[in-house]
Amino acid sequence: MKFTSVFDIIGPVMIGPSSSHTAGAARIGRVARDLFGRQPKWAKIHLYGSFAETYKGHGTDVAIIGGLLDYDTYDERIKTAFKEAAEAGLTFEFIPETDHTEHPNTARIVIGDDDMEMSMVGISIGGGAIEITELNGFPLRLSGGMPAILVVHDDRAGCIANVANCLAKHNINIGHMEVSRKERGNMALMVIEVDQNIEHSILGEIENLPNITKVTRIKN
Amino acid sequence: MEVLFRNVRELIERAETENKLISEIMIEQEILMSERSRDEIMEQMSRNLTVMEEAVERGLKGVRSVTGLTGGDAVLLQKYIQSGKGLSGNLLLDAVSKAVATNEVNAAMGTICATPTAGSAGVVPGTLFAVKNKLNPTREQMIRYLFTAGAFGFVVANNASISGAAGGCQAEVGSAAAMAAASIVEMAGGTPSQSSHAFAISLKNMLGLVCDPVAGLVEVPCVKRNAMGAANAMVAADMALAGITSRIPTDEVIGAMFRIGQTMPVALKETAQGGLAATPTAKAIQAKIFGGAVLHRD
Repeated sequence: MKFTSVFDIIGPVMIGPSSSHTAGAARIGRVARDLFGRQPKWAKIHLYGSFAETYKGHGTDVAIIGGLLDYDTYDERIKTAFKEAAEAGLTFEFIPETDHTEHPNTARIVIGDDDMEMSMVGISIGGGAIEITELNGFPLRLSGGMPAILVVHDDRAGCIANVANCLAKHNINIGHMEVSRKERGNMALMVIEVDQNIEHSILGEIENLPNITKVTRIKN
Repeated sequence: MEVLFRNVRELIERAETENKLISEIMIEQEILMSERSRDEIMEQMSRNLTVMEEAVERGLKGVRSVTGLTGGDAVLLQKYIQSGKGLSGNLLLDAVSKAVATNEVNAAMGTICATPTAGSAGVVPGTLFAVKNKLNPTREQMIRYLFTAGAFGFVVANNASISGAAGGCQAEVGSAAAMAAASIVEMAGGTPSQSSHAFAISLKNMLGLVCDPVAGLVEVPCVKRNAMGAANAMVAADMALAGITSRIPTDEVIGAMFRIGQTMPVALKETAQGGLAATPTAKAIQAKIFGGAVLHRD
């Protein structure tokens, strides 16, 4: 089931005019910022399908920038997000693409600062609900509606068990888990949806486990 | 994942066997799936109701969108109602004006609650705040109106679509009208089965509706489609309450809506390339608003 809550249908409370093109776009931007871990300095946003055709009219552009500035769907500052971005030192560029994508409302957000760069693909599936379908080339499926951690690790035996053990030790229940890799024996990504927000200290603990490269989280 | 209903048939069967309102089944399922308390869930829906109330009030005072394409029609309708010249009934026109009010606020980038989407956000609150004056519901009954609408929307979202880009306007205003029809029936004291028939009757008359926003904006024809969605919901609810049933079962109507959406050309699914968006006047509007340059909103 793609929609699990009545508040996916009656909600979100949001700044108009479009739940998929404004609220969903803001959420995609905000998840990107969350995964990046801090405010990026630059952003290149590729828009596909209906997003590419209608983004100006729907405020998709201001909404994504608002999301990158950590605004929620109902934050009035979405309307002036371009100005706020300039003040916050975030430069950005929107690139409408003509390639066909599986979902009509798709955005690829490439963000970075002096130290790091990240690429994420999000889709807006209706009524403000979203899914993240790719992170740094790894395919994944993440709703953004649940707290989650993303663990980049070496594709070696024992990695998954170690992370699961660490979460178990802190009494954190795993709701949903997926592992993907680009090729065997190389880099892999664990996506773990959990029932509560995970503290930074636990993220650090996981990051110190063998063969773990990086841990990020999505708050709820 | 344990769910109490996956389609309308299961929803109605459960409500009737357990002798509960549809809204109650939706609340119970939300408790089950979110693992949150009833109080928390009722409180969140109450906040959504307040947002809807404020949007209607703001729209009835008169708003105008950034482009100037929409705004002010809710006020015109209220004045017309007060003139006493209305032909289609003041309750119906009140629902229409409040649906318009909400969508005018949405087009003006105001704060609204998506039901099920922003472009279709007028229908459910529009009908609610109109029938409220006749049925005098408690605050809790008004909150339940939203859960009943949500229950049907939940089925549509999971079994078909509530996205104009995926299924056309039938998936947005069509779903909203059908959801509202079901809720009106429950508030008026109809049975769960009558809610289901109202939903089916309403949606059947929205099938095939395309999403063709002029210049890609959620303004023309969206605001007026919400108006007609509200009118459709009111009439469908009255038909079901009169005892009229849908010959095609509700879940099959939802299935038909899904397949129509899948076969609908992309030009008619929120890409602003076909339908009304492709008319000479729409193209002129688009050129005037954007002129090839980025729209600045600040």
